[in-house]
Amino acid sequence: MVVSVQTEDFDASERIRDLVSAHSQTGAIVTFTGLVRDNDGGDLVALELEHYPLMTRKALLAIEAEAQARWALRASLIIHRIGRLVPGDRIMMVATASAHRRDAFEAAEFLMDYLKSRAPFWKKEHTARGSSWVVAEQSDEAALTRWRRSSDD
Amino acid sequence: MKLDVLYFAWVRERIGEASEVVETTAATVAELLSELSAREDRYAVALSDLSALRVAVDQELVDDLDTALAGAREVAIFPPMTGG
Repeated sequence: MVVSVQTEDFDASERIRDLVSAHSQTGAIVTFTGLVRDNDGGDLVALELEHYPLMTRKALLAIEAEAQARWALRASLIIHRIGRLVPGDRIMMVATASAHRRDAFEAAEFLMDYLKSRAPFWKKEHTARGSSWVVAEQSDEAALTRWRRSSDD
Repeated sequence: MKLDVLYFAWVRERIGEASEVVETTAATVAELLSELSAREDRYAVALSDLSALRVAVDQELVDDLDTALAGAREVAIFPPMTGG
C-alpha cells in the first residue's frame, strides 16, 4: 500500500512499473489518472487544492485498507496532489494490482468513489471572473451507497 | 476542556482563521457548534447551515452531530469534501 500527498507532479508510468516489479504474481493492473479539467466557460486559470494534513493520511490509509480487505489485491497506490494546479495538470492517481482483472477494476472504482467524498481535500477554482469553492456533487455521495454492505447498516 | 478547533475551505475563509484553541464545556459536536455560532457574526454565518458542514473529531469523520466530545483533542469543521 502506497499513499502519497504531494505538491509535485508524478510519473504515472514509472509508478506502474514499480507496482509490477514488486509482485510477480500480478496479472492485472488498473490505473486511473485524474486531470484538472477546464470549466464549462473555458476560463479556469487555476485549481487550488487544500487538505487537512493530519487527517488526509489516516483517511487514505483507511480507504486503502478497506479495499485490501474486500478484494484480492497484490498492491495499491494512491497519489493526490495539493496546491495550485492548472488545466491539464495531473491531479491524482489510483492504481490497483491483482492476479485477475475483476479485483483490480472494482477496487480502483471503490478507491475513486471514496476519495471523492471521504478524503479531506477541497478544491477552489480561480477564473478570470473570480474564485469559488467547488461544491460537492450529490452523485458523489450517492456513489458510495453502491459499496455499502448490509453489515454497515 | 481545551480543544484545538480547525477550519477548512470556505469555513476557514468565513471565520477568518485556520485554527484556534477553544475552551469549552460542550458535551457534543452540536453543542460546540452552537457555542461557536453564538460568539460572533462571522461564526454564525459560517456555521448557519449544518447540512453544509462536515465535522471530524480527532481526524475521524463523525456521522452524527450528537457525537460526544469526551476525551477529544481536535475538532475540524469543513464543507463536504471534494477530492479526486
